[in-house]
Amino acid sequence: MNIVVCIKQVPATTEVKINPETNTLVREGVESIINPFDMYAIEEGLRIKEKVGGIVTVLTMGPPQAETALKEAISLGCDEAVLVSDRAFAGSDTLATAYTLARSIKKIDDFDLIICGKQAIDGDTAQVGPGISEELNIPCVTYVKKIEKIEDDKICVERMMEEGYAVIQLPIPCLITVVKEINEPRLPSLRGMMKAKKAQITILNAADIAAENNRIGQVGSPTLVSKIFAPPFKGEGEMILGDVGEQVEKLVNKLKETKVI
Amino acid sequence: MSIRILEDKCTGCSLCVNSCPFGMIKVVSREEAGKYHPKYKKIAVIDAGCNLCGACEEVCPFGAIVIKKETKEQSVDLKEYKNVWVFAEQKKGKVQGVVYELLNEACRLSEQLKEKVAVVLLGEGVEKEAKKLIIHGADIVYLIEHAVLKEFQDDPYTDVLADLIRKEKPQIVLMGATTIGRSFASRIAARIHTGLTADCTGLEIDEQEKILLQTRPAFGGNIMATIKTPYHRPQMATVRHKVFKKRAPEEGKQGEIIRKIYDENLFTCRTKLLDMIEDLTQKVNIADADIIVSGGRGLGDPKNFKLVEELAQVIGGAVGASRAAVDAGWIPYSHQVGQTGRTVCPKIYIACGISGAIQHLVGMQSSDIIVAINRDSNAPIFKVATYGIEGDLFKVVPALTKKFKEISG
Repeated sequence: MNIVVCIKQVPATTEVKINPETNTLVREGVESIINPFDMYAIEEGLRIKEKVGGIVTVLTMGPPQAETALKEAISLGCDEAVLVSDRAFAGSDTLATAYTLARSIKKIDDFDLIICGKQAIDGDTAQVGPGISEELNIPCVTYVKKIEKIEDDKICVERMMEEGYAVIQLPIPCLITVVKEINEPRLPSLRGMMKAKKAQITILNAADIAAENNRIGQVGSPTLVSKIFAPPFKGEGEMILGDVGEQVEKLVNKLKETKVI
Repeated sequence: MSIRILEDKCTGCSLCVNSCPFGMIKVVSREEAGKYHPKYKKIAVIDAGCNLCGACEEVCPFGAIVIKKETKEQSVDLKEYKNVWVFAEQKKGKVQGVVYELLNEACRLSEQLKEKVAVVLLGEGVEKEAKKLIIHGADIVYLIEHAVLKEFQDDPYTDVLADLIRKEKPQIVLMGATTIGRSFASRIAARIHTGLTADCTGLEIDEQEKILLQTRPAFGGNIMATIKTPYHRPQMATVRHKVFKKRAPEEGKQGEIIRKIYDENLFTCRTKLLDMIEDLTQKVNIADADIIVSGGRGLGDPKNFKLVEELAQVIGGAVGASRAAVDAGWIPYSHQVGQTGRTVCPKIYIACGISGAIQHLVGMQSSDIIVAINRDSNAPIFKVATYGIEGDLFKVVPALTKKFKEISG
């Protein structure tokens, strides 16, 4: 089975703040990691490979330094790594990103299953996975918490919903996005780390994937960020003092005032 | 589209470095960069992660930064697009609560635009719901009924809605940021080639341009971004639960139900829905709840979750949990609040024995009122709490339950 896992390199923490004077993000000392949800996607790809055989190709779009994320994926056991990188991709929104990744996957050729994390922790949109499936015209199921069965021509998955889960069968090729509950990601092995050091990473640019100029980068992005700002300050909280009886009495009164309870 | 530093004009002053919201500009020595200048020793260099936002171009006093924008082709004739649409997500034939919140917002936006509000309802045997949508503000309900549309499935739903959008040309399409809505909207936007903004918490119409300004949290709610879709239509957004109030019904309000009939062969479905299993531990859905009582590591033992459950039951709330409690196997994952669980914004969030790791805070900090009960006064949860109680949760929580029981009789 040919499995493609799409990953994104993101800042290690979401604890970024806006400098109120300059209105810009403060990112000092924040290292880059593989998006946590994508770690579950990689792990699931590896588990399927171990079960039914095949190769796992890890794919990312980003600046040259995103190579580090791909090498980490190799150290975990992925076989091939592809970096799609070009100045022409700058300013891509989720639609342009989905298009670019879909073109790259077509270039990779034969694929059976594409796995993405449910969303990236920096943007939180959860739009790129379904977007890729639409561009490739393959079916997709998001928020997968378990793969029940995998066969040559179809897979059966559990999709997490608000009130429980749905059991859905998809034909192969298809795309799934996964949630944390699906597995427990492994740590890199020593052998994997050695392999990552020597790994050859395929680099594709806009011409390599035969991208149409008006579908990539800022030109191919219908959305435009017009402003970023710090969320409104909520004000200081209040500590409720006294013994347990008094604390409870005061809290209950405050909550009753809201008329929600 | 490209960005360029004019080598003869850049003085290496660093103003652009501070202006860059993404930290993508460095100032380096010209010697290192191999860009000699008789007067200036330094030069700005732009990193590959630049997204051409243009903030630096504005601040450069020397006009040394040039962003070349290719003229965007107008992809569609914007004037043809009219009306504000809401997708009516239904489960088992019942329209979901978030739809009525969206209707309220759609009415407000459509008044500013002087356009109509239309709802798209897909299902089987749901005409009664269509009538209800009208008294809740819809001027038009597009009703498409078919056995295949009974429950949501990606393929036929995408085919039908994309076709309807192409024919009827709405200006704005809103959906709830639910599991279904977030995936469904992404597929529609990709098929139509238009912009989509996820998880909006604010929607406004720009007075001059008459376009939708969509505000959403990013980086786990630490930053807000306002996004617009200037040249494509429809302008699409998913909106979180509980951000807007439900619209009150207006008895006797008139509206039009337009039935659309589709050809049988349109209803192909590559995926097959085999089963739907409900989580029985989840009496109240945490995404929908007005009140959530959450437990964390401070409970110490799975059986102590009963304290949280009892309080939740008395005040009509749902049960949430921190990652620590879920990872320890005390409660199923569907209850997890936070970055790797669910993002919630109830009216009241009561955190019992949760210290408040940043990953938890990003999932609940937009709740209206946050109550924190924790033994450690230095716990980060107190920083976001509206009301904090420093104390033993094993005493405070049962006392709260008892007190609320007394009140409700």
